[in-house]
Amino acid sequence: MASVGVLQENPVVELTAKDFKGLTDPDWCPGCGDFGVLKCLQRACAELGLKPHEILTVSGIGCSSNFPGYFNSYGMHTLHGRSLAVATGAKMANHELTVIVTGGDGDGYGIGGNHFIHTARRNVDLTYIVMNNQVYGLTTGQVSPTSRLDMITKSTPFGSVERPVNPITSAIMAGATFVARGYSGHGKHLTELMKKAVQHKGFSLVDIFSPCTTFNHDNDYAFFKERVKKLEDENHDTDDWKTACEKAMKWGDTIYTGLFFETKDVPSLSESEATITDGSPLAHHTLGLSEDQANKIINMMM
Amino acid sequence: MGTKQFDFILGIGGEAGQGIATPGDILARIFVRRGIHLYTYNAYQSIIRGGHIFLTIRISNEKVHSHGDKIDLLLCLNQDTMDRHLGLMGPGSRVVYNGDNINLGEPSEGVHTCSLPVSKLATTRNKLVQNSIAVGAIMAILGEGFDELEDSLILRFARHGQDVVDENVGAAKSGHDYASTNFKPIDQDLPRSTKPLAVWAGNDAIAMGGAASGVKFYAAYPMSPSTGVLHWMAQHSHHLGIMVRQVEDELGVANMTIGAAHAGARAMCATSGGGFALMTEAIGSAGMMEIPAVFIDVQRAGPSTGVPTKTEQGDLWQVLGASQGDFEKFIVAPKDALDAFNTMPELFNLVDRYQCPGIVLSDLLISEGRFSVDPDDIEMHPTIDRGKLIVEHAETDGYMRYKHTESGVSPRAIPGLEGYVHVVATDEHDEDSLLISDEFTHPHKRRKMVEKRARKFQKVLDDISAPELEGPTDAEVTLIGWGSTYGVIHEAIQQLSARGVTANHLPIKWIVPLHSETIVNTVSKANMAIIVENNYSGQFYRYLRSETGLSVHGHIRKYDGEPFMPHHIVDGVLETLSGDVSTYIPYQEVIV
Repeated sequence: MASVGVLQENPVVELTAKDFKGLTDPDWCPGCGDFGVLKCLQRACAELGLKPHEILTVSGIGCSSNFPGYFNSYGMHTLHGRSLAVATGAKMANHELTVIVTGGDGDGYGIGGNHFIHTARRNVDLTYIVMNNQVYGLTTGQVSPTSRLDMITKSTPFGSVERPVNPITSAIMAGATFVARGYSGHGKHLTELMKKAVQHKGFSLVDIFSPCTTFNHDNDYAFFKERVKKLEDENHDTDDWKTACEKAMKWGDTIYTGLFFETKDVPSLSESEATITDGSPLAHHTLGLSEDQANKIINMMM
Repeated sequence: MGTKQFDFILGIGGEAGQGIATPGDILARIFVRRGIHLYTYNAYQSIIRGGHIFLTIRISNEKVHSHGDKIDLLLCLNQDTMDRHLGLMGPGSRVVYNGDNINLGEPSEGVHTCSLPVSKLATTRNKLVQNSIAVGAIMAILGEGFDELEDSLILRFARHGQDVVDENVGAAKSGHDYASTNFKPIDQDLPRSTKPLAVWAGNDAIAMGGAASGVKFYAAYPMSPSTGVLHWMAQHSHHLGIMVRQVEDELGVANMTIGAAHAGARAMCATSGGGFALMTEAIGSAGMMEIPAVFIDVQRAGPSTGVPTKTEQGDLWQVLGASQGDFEKFIVAPKDALDAFNTMPELFNLVDRYQCPGIVLSDLLISEGRFSVDPDDIEMHPTIDRGKLIVEHAETDGYMRYKHTESGVSPRAIPGLEGYVHVVATDEHDEDSLLISDEFTHPHKRRKMVEKRARKFQKVLDDISAPELEGPTDAEVTLIGWGSTYGVIHEAIQQLSARGVTANHLPIKWIVPLHSETIVNTVSKANMAIIVENNYSGQFYRYLRSETGLSVHGHIRKYDGEPFMPHHIVDGVLETLSGDVSTYIPYQEVIV
C-alpha cells in the first residue's frame, strides 16, 4: 500500500482475490470442486501482483470451461477442445499477456488431446489448469478419458472397458516443462502450485482433482482425502522425469499431488521465435510493408 | 489485340523426378525479363517420382488469359510424353525429343520433328543435363542466341557451385549449337519489350496480398494446392516480421489464427477443401465472437481426398454452409493472381470493419499457375482500415464488448488494455459478454443479439463492387462465370467473335454478399445466358437460383480435374446456340 502523505505518480495498489471475481457467480453444482480451483487462481493471481487486464483466460467447453465468466480478466470462451490452440495464437500475437487456459478432462485430454500434446512440445508460455473430475458433467454423466476402468456411467452402464489416460505422464512424454497435480480440497497447496506454474517460463500443466458431486460418486472428496499425499512432503526430485512418471502412475492407497517435473533448460516458444524476440508484441507492430521490404519481395520475382 | 500478335505455347512433358520444373523456371525467367507475358499451367499427379507431368507455358507480347488450346513446341523428356501428346500436334508445330531413347511415333503431316542426339551432346553422365541440352535447343528454335540463356543458367545454378554451372552451360550450349545447325527456327521473332515483367504463382500473390495488408500471423497445415502460401510466408517470415506456424491439424490452424486475431494481429490461414472442413466450426466461432480473420480455401477436385493435384470449383456450397447457425461472413472468389493479391487488403479491411470472418475461394488453377505480372500493377502499400478497433487504454465506464449499436458493430478492444477487460464467448451472450445460458436462456436477449450481428450486413453491399458486364450489352450470348474461369471465358469470347458470334461476360467475384439485383437486371436482359463452372452439379447456378430465382438457358461444366481450354467454351456456346444441348460437358483431349 502507498503510504499516506507520500505523493506517488503510480501508486502501487495491491489487489486481493476479490478483485479477480468475475461479473457473475458460478452456476456450478453445490460442492463442485471447481469452486475451490476458482478461489485458488484468484488468490494466486493476487499474490503474484498481476492485474486483471494483464491476464487472458481462455477456455473450451464444459462445466469448468465457464471459468472465464467467473474470473475478472480478459477472457475467451472458445470451442470444445480448442482452447490451447486459441491461447497459443493469442500468446504469439501478444506474448506480454499472462495466458491461463482453463478447462476439463474431456475438453483437454479427449476432444482437445492433439493440441495438448503439441502445445506441450512447443513449450508455449502459458498455464494450463485442468479441472479433472473424471467424468462428463455438462452432458449429464458419461465416461471421460480419465474415468477409471470399470466405471459405470450413463454411456458405460456395464462398466468402462477402456483404461484412462494419465495426464501427468502424457504431459511429461509430450515435452511439457512444468507438470503438477493439485487437489481442489487442498487450497493452500494448490494456490502455491498455480503461482509456480504461472511464473514458469514455458508450458505448465496443473491437473487438478476437482470432484464432481453430481455425476462421479467413485472419486469424491472422501476418496481423495484419504489417498492424496503431497510430493513436497517427501523430498521428490523435480528434475527426475523417470521417478516423476513412476509416482504419477501410482493409483491406490497413495495418490500423489504436487510438482512432479520441472525443467528450465528449454526455451519457451516466444523466446525461440525470431519474429518476436525484439521484445514488442506482434499485435502492436505497425501494419504494412516498408519500402525496403516491398522492393525485396518484388526483386525476388524478377 | 496488337497487329503483330505473338502467341506461342510450349509443352514440356516427363515424369516426376526428371526435373521438369527447372527448364520451366529457366525459360519463364528469360521470357519475363524480356517483357514477354506468360501463363503457365502444370498438370501433375500426387506422386514424388514417376507419373506424368505436363507443363504448359504460353507466351505472348500481350497479356495471356489462359493456357490456350494447342501446343506449338512439345519437349518430350520421356516416351510417355511422346505417346500421349504427339497425336495432338498440328501442322507447323515442333516436337523436340531425345532421339537416343525416345521413339518418334507417327506425327501428323506438317509436324517438324527435332531429334536431339543427347548422348553425343552430353558432357557428363548426369541425366538431368538433358534438360539443359533441351533448353538450349528450344532457345535456338525460338530464333535466339545463347547469351540470355547463359545468364539465366548461371543465375539458376550459382548456388550449387561452379562445376554445376559449367556442366549446365556446356550442355545448353551444345544443344543450342546442334539445334541452330539442324532445325528451322520459328517464323516470328521472340518479342522483346523495354519493360521487364515479374513472375508469380497465385499462391505467392495471396501470401503477398496478406503481407501487404499487415498480416502478422500465418498458420497452416500443408495441403495441396494451398501449400505455396505457407512456403511463401515461411520464406519471407523473418524479413517481414510475420510469425508462421505449422500446426498439428486444421482445427488448430483455424483456432490459432482466431486467437492471434483476437489479440490484435491481422491473421490468416490457407488450406484446401478437406482442411477447410476441419476449420468450419472455428469459422462459426469467429462469427459468434465477432473476431476478424481470413480463411483461404484453395479448391481441388473433391469430394473427400478427391484428386489432390487437380482443379475444381467444387467447394462453393461447403464455404456457403461453413458452420452451424446464422452469422455474417464474406466469401470472395478472385478472378486471377493479381485480383487475388488485391482482394486480400480489401477483405482484411472489410473483416476488420464488420468484425467477422472472411473466406477466399481460390483454386489450383489460380494458386499453382505461374503468371507474368507488371510490377507496377502490384500495390504494395494498400490502404489499411481496422474499423472500430481500440488499441490504447483509456478511462472507461463499463466497457461492453457487444454493445448494441445502430450499425451492429461494437467497438473492439484488444486484450492487455486497462479499462476494457471483457470476455468473448462462443456461447450466445449479452452485450456485457455474460453468457445468456448462465442466466437462463432469455429469448428477448437472444433475439436482440442475433439482430445486432445481422444488422452489420444490412448495408454491406455499399462496400462491395457490383459485377459488371463486359462486352456489348445486346450480345447473342451472355456467359456467366465466377472466380478463376474469368480468363478462359474472356478468351473464348474473342474466339467466338472471330467466328461471328457476339458474346458478353458477367464475371462474379463476390459470392457473399451477392449483388442479386444487379445480376437479375443483367441476366434477365440477356438473349441467352449460359453459366460456366468447373464442377458437376452447377454449384454456382444452384446458389444463384436460390438467391434470385433466376433461370438460365444453358450450362457449360467440367469436372474431370483439368481446367477449361478456350475452345471447350466456344464449342459449348455453339452447341447451345444450335439448340442441341442445355448442359455441355467438354471432352478433355489431353490426358494428363
